[in-house]
Amino acid sequence: MNGNIIAINFPFIVVALLLALGFYTIGFKRNLIKVVIGVEILESAVNLFLIALGYVKGGYAPIYTLAPKKAVGNMVLPTPQALTLTSIVIGVAVSALMLAFAVNIYRHYGTLDVTRIRRLRG
Amino acid sequence: MTTTIIKTTTRILASLILVFGAYIILHGHLTPGGGFQGGAVFASGLALLIVACEDEIVKKRFEKVPLSPLESIGALGFLGTALLGLMGYTFFKNVIANSGFIFGGKTPIGINPGYLNTGGTLAYMNIFVGMKVLAGLTSIVLIFFLLLGGKKDEW
Amino acid sequence: MMEHLPALMIAIPLFGAFTTPLLKKRQNIAAIWALIITVITFGLSLLLLQEVLSKGIIVYVFGANKPTLVLPSGYRVPVRIIFEIDAMGAFMALSATLMSFIGALYSYSHVEMETGLEKYYALLLLLEVGIIGMVLTGDLFNLFVFLEVAGIAGSALVGFRNYRGEASEAGIKYLMVSSVASLMVLFSIGLLYGQYGNLNMAYLSRQIHLDTVDMIALGLLFVSFAMKCGAVPMHYWVPDAYTEVPAGINPTLLVATYASLYALFRVSFSLFGAITWNMARVGWIMSILGVLTMFIGVTMALVQKDVKRLMSYHAISQTGYMLLGVGVGLTVLNDPAKLSAFGRAAMAGGIFHIINHIIYKSLLLMTAGALFYVTGTRNLNEMGGLARKMPYTTIAFIVGAAAISGLPPFNGFASKFLIYETSYQLNPLLAVFAMVTSVLTLASFVKVFASAFLGPPLEKYEEVREVPKPMVTAMIILAILCILFGLFPNVVLNKLIYPAVDALIKLAQYQSWGGLV
Repeated sequence: MNGNIIAINFPFIVVALLLALGFYTIGFKRNLIKVVIGVEILESAVNLFLIALGYVKGGYAPIYTLAPKKAVGNMVLPTPQALTLTSIVIGVAVSALMLAFAVNIYRHYGTLDVTRIRRLRG
Repeated sequence: MTTTIIKTTTRILASLILVFGAYIILHGHLTPGGGFQGGAVFASGLALLIVACEDEIVKKRFEKVPLSPLESIGALGFLGTALLGLMGYTFFKNVIANSGFIFGGKTPIGINPGYLNTGGTLAYMNIFVGMKVLAGLTSIVLIFFLLLGGKKDEW
Repeated sequence: MMEHLPALMIAIPLFGAFTTPLLKKRQNIAAIWALIITVITFGLSLLLLQEVLSKGIIVYVFGANKPTLVLPSGYRVPVRIIFEIDAMGAFMALSATLMSFIGALYSYSHVEMETGLEKYYALLLLLEVGIIGMVLTGDLFNLFVFLEVAGIAGSALVGFRNYRGEASEAGIKYLMVSSVASLMVLFSIGLLYGQYGNLNMAYLSRQIHLDTVDMIALGLLFVSFAMKCGAVPMHYWVPDAYTEVPAGINPTLLVATYASLYALFRVSFSLFGAITWNMARVGWIMSILGVLTMFIGVTMALVQKDVKRLMSYHAISQTGYMLLGVGVGLTVLNDPAKLSAFGRAAMAGGIFHIINHIIYKSLLLMTAGALFYVTGTRNLNEMGGLARKMPYTTIAFIVGAAAISGLPPFNGFASKFLIYETSYQLNPLLAVFAMVTSVLTLASFVKVFASAFLGPPLEKYEEVREVPKPMVTAMIILAILCILFGLFPNVVLNKLIYPAVDALIKLAQYQSWGGLV
C-alpha cells in the first residue's frame, strides 16, 4: 500500500480505532464507571470524524477578523465545526446525568459491579 | 479537601480565569468562542473556587448566589430574543443587525480588525446562553461536591 | 399568526419548560401551569392538522425574510433549517400533544406527594418539545438534536423516584442505549454530509444514488432507529424503563418511542426513497423484524408477575404489528397493481395501529399506576378482589384489555383486521403469526384481570377507596376514545390515516417542498 494513503487518511484510521475501543469498553468491562468512560470514548470518536470531514487542503481557519490576505476563498468548511460543537454540548449533559445515576446506584446497591446490579430481571 | 498549593494558586489565578471566560462570551461573534465555551471556562473558574475553600465556607457563601434564577433568566432571554423576529419576518431572524440598537452596527464585509458593535442578535444570544451554561455547570459541580462530602481536610 | 404555527408549536412548550423551575415554592401551581401549556399546544396541533389537510405540505424556514423562502436569491441549494410538515408529521404531533395533556392531567394527583415536582413538569414539557421537534422537522441534524433532547429528558424522568435503587438502574440502562444509538445516527449523518454537502432531507432525497457509502449510512440509520423503538434484538431496555417511570409519564414516553418509529419510516420512504423503490429487500427485513418482535414479546409476557412489566412486554409485541404492516407496504412499493390492491391498506393498518396502541396501552398502564397508588405494590400475587372497591378503574381495565386483544367493538380490532387481511395476501405465514400472538395476548390479560380484580376482597385492602378524580377523568377520556375509534373507524381512516399514508408514498411532493421549487 502506498504510504501516502495512510498519511492522508490518518484521522479516519484513528476514528476506527477509537470506535473499536469504545465498543470493547462498553461490552466487556465490569466497573460501571469504566462503562460510562466507554460511552465518552465513542462520543470523542464521532466528534473527531465530523471535524476531519471538513478539511480542505491548504485551507485557513474560517474567521474574518484579522485574517491573512490569502485566506479569502480558501477556508476550511465551517458547518462540521458547528455540528461538532452541538455534539460536545450534548455529550456533557449525557455524562453528567450518567454519573449522577452511578452515584445513586452506589448508594442503594453498595457495589459498582455491572454483573451484580441486576435487581430488575426476567 | 484543600492544600496550601491550591489556596495560593487560586488567590492569583481565579479572577483571571473569570475575566477570560467573560471575554470569550462577549467576543463570540468575532473570534472563536461564544456562549457555551465562555460559560464552561467561567464555570471552571468557579469550580476552582469551590475546591479551594473549606466545606462550611462553601456552604455559607454559595447559598446566597442565585444560581437557579440565573439559569431561568438566561433561558427566557434566549427564547425572547428569538421571538423578536416573529413580527414581520420569521422565528430566529436577525432583526437587530444593521439597525441602530446596541450591538447593531453596520456589518463590515471581508477582512476587518473586528468591531465589537456588530453582530445583532448573535451577541445577545451568546450572553444569555453563557449565563445559562455557567449556572448549570456550577450547580452540577456544587451538588457533587456537597453530596460526596469533602469531609476530611488533608491538613 | 397562522403562518407562524410551526414556530409557535416549538416556542410555547419551551417557554413553559423554562418558566416552570421558577415555581419552586408552590408546587401545585406548577401542575396547573403545565396543564395550561399542554392544552394550548393541543389546540395549536389541531389547527396545524387542519391547515395541512386543506393546503398540502407546509414549509417554514427559520431565520429568513419570509417563511416560505426555501432558496434565497443566488443560491441553488437550501441553506437554512427548514420545517417541512406533511400529513404524517401532523398526525404524530397530534398524538404527542394529546398524550402529554392526558399525562399532565393524570399526574396532577398521582405524584402529588413527591418532592421536586417543578422539575418533573419541566422535564415533561421538554420531552414534549423533543417529540414535536422530531416529527415536524425536515433537516437531518435537527432530527438528531431533538432525538437527544427527548432521550435525555425521558431518562431523567425514568430515574425520577430516586429513593428506589431500581429506578436509577433502569435510568442508566435507558440512557446508555439511547446515547449509543444517537451517536450512530450522528455518524451516518456525518457520512451523508461528507458525500453530498447538504443536510436537508428533501434535497438529499433527490441526490441519493446506489453507492457503498450510502448503503452503509442506510444500514446504520435503520439499525439505530430500530434500537430506539424496541424492536427485538435490542429490546432489553423497554421493560425496565416502562416499569420504573411514574405512570403519568408513560403516555409521553410511549409517543417518544413511536417518534423513533416515525423517523425509521421517514428514512426508508422519503430519504432513501429512490433506492428502496427498487429493493424489496428492505421491506422484507422490516416485515420479518416485525414478526419476530411480536412473537418474542408476547411469549416473554406470559411469565411475568409484575403487572407493569407484563404490560411493557405487550408494548414490545404490539410494535411488531406496526412494523409488519408498514413493511408489507414497503415491499410492494414498486408494483402499482399490488400497491393499490393491498399495499396501501397494509400501511394504513400499521399507521392506524400506532394511535390505537398509544391510546389503549396508556389506558392500561394508567390503571396499573392506579393499582400501585391504592395498594402500594405491583406484584400480582399480593392483589385480589379490588373490583368492588374501584369500579371506574375496573371498567377502564376491561375496555383496555378487550381493545388490545382485538375484540370487535373496540379500536384494536379495526387496525388488526386490516393487518391480518393484507399480510395474508403477501405471505400466509405472516398472518398466522399475527393471529397466534393475538390469542396469547388475550390469555395473559385474562390472567391479570382474574388475579387483580376478581375474587373475594382481602383484609388488608379494607379501607381502599377509588383513586382521585383527575386520574379517573384521564382514564375515562381514553376509554371513550377507544370505543369511538372502534365504532367509527372509517371517519378516522379517511380523515387522518389515508392522507398520512399518501404523504409517505408520494415522494415527488416531499422532494419539491410541496410544489414550491
